[in-house]
Amino acid sequence: MSKIRIKTPLTTAVVEGLKAGDEVLISGFIYTARDAAHMRLIALMDEHQPLPMSLEGEVIYYVGPSPARPGEVIGACGPTTSYRMDSLTVPLLKLGLKGMIGKGDRSDDVISAMKETKSVYFAAIGGAGALISKSVISTQPIAFDDLGAEALVRLEVLDFPAVVAIDCKGQNLYRNATLKYKK
Amino acid sequence: MRVVSFQNILNAVSEALIDMNYHVEEPIVKAFYQSIETEASALGKSILKDLILNAEIAATGKAPICQDTGMVVAFVTYGQDIHMSEGSISEAIHLGVKKAYAEGYLRKSVVRDPLKRINTGDNTPAIIYYDVVPGDVLEIELAAKGFGSENMSATKMLKPSDGKAGVKAFVIDTILKAGSNPCPPIVVGVGIGGTIDKAAQIAKRALFRDLGEPNTDEDVRLLEEELLSEINALGIGPQGLGGTTTALAVHVETYPTHIAGLPVAVNINCHASRHKKISL
Repeated sequence: MSKIRIKTPLTTAVVEGLKAGDEVLISGFIYTARDAAHMRLIALMDEHQPLPMSLEGEVIYYVGPSPARPGEVIGACGPTTSYRMDSLTVPLLKLGLKGMIGKGDRSDDVISAMKETKSVYFAAIGGAGALISKSVISTQPIAFDDLGAEALVRLEVLDFPAVVAIDCKGQNLYRNATLKYKK
Repeated sequence: MRVVSFQNILNAVSEALIDMNYHVEEPIVKAFYQSIETEASALGKSILKDLILNAEIAATGKAPICQDTGMVVAFVTYGQDIHMSEGSISEAIHLGVKKAYAEGYLRKSVVRDPLKRINTGDNTPAIIYYDVVPGDVLEIELAAKGFGSENMSATKMLKPSDGKAGVKAFVIDTILKAGSNPCPPIVVGVGIGGTIDKAAQIAKRALFRDLGEPNTDEDVRLLEEELLSEINALGIGPQGLGGTTTALAVHVETYPTHIAGLPVAVNINCHASRHKKISL
């Protein structure tokens, strides 16, 4: 299976070309955010405050890296489980967020918002943090530094390996592929 | 009486924790290779190959196996003739954790208060269980427990009449609900009996066994085999993206219980199953 190279920020045309099951290599900038950073983003929106970055076409990666060793760009940086962000995701999609990278299935609410906003959900390999760290070429703190490993950081990635788990038509590899191998 | 040095315990704990976070246990790597042979999904095979590659990169010291370097759990077998050179053994373990997570560039994932959620900054405290025994033995079994899988664990108080079938149904239901979330392929620890807390504790203890080493009781061993084969028939597969490798092993532990009850606990471990035993 050949892998599809895509660049961020994502356009609707690129997202529409991706189907559940496609293996992709992502290059460009992506933003790290997990539970605590999501709660901060939502709190800012509730207070009608500006967000620390524009979400238009952007990709958020659910990750809390381990500290970088001396001479390394980043530590282990595999995905965390996405369902914990489900209740915090729809408002971000409505602001233009185009892609999410994590692991594990999403809620029906998130999937239906993904279909409306034409956005995509990628799965990275959970527990392959050392392998994934090789695709990160630089990091830039953006906001919430006090959150430590949970801070919002911009990562520059080259050929970040992922699989389209849920596409913008709502096709869902977690639900479809599992049925195929059920005995 | 035997005097054990506080500093020796602290250092041994620290070394073991750093080591387990950078080196995938040999039986796990072996299980990855074996699963590639049997896995029915092409994507599943490719994920298993990436996990082997990940283990090789982590072993060079570039980065830990997984960014969730875990909350530390310790089972201590403490001979009552042991005397500490200073302080307490709990203190030595906590300080060993602090040293490991600083010097090993491991993620600090522990918050002081579960509702206020302020990070302790050094990954302490550890969760420590003691078994006090005769003699002067001192063994510390350590785990760095990831929470993607811990979050998918469950406990249920079954009725005595639910029996083995009820236990199996609860385990399968828990694994199905967990689905893709706990980073399959997983290791499944099951505790049957005791009280609600004892069942959970022996389920955790079951995860400390060497991968796939069966229970010595014949009936329990059979239960382990049946559960493993039924879990791998669920279709969840590597990372939950479909396939036949959902669990690498099922370990079951049992304990006497009350005539009125049948407590069951399922503790799930991701494939980054990090354990080490130290003897001092």
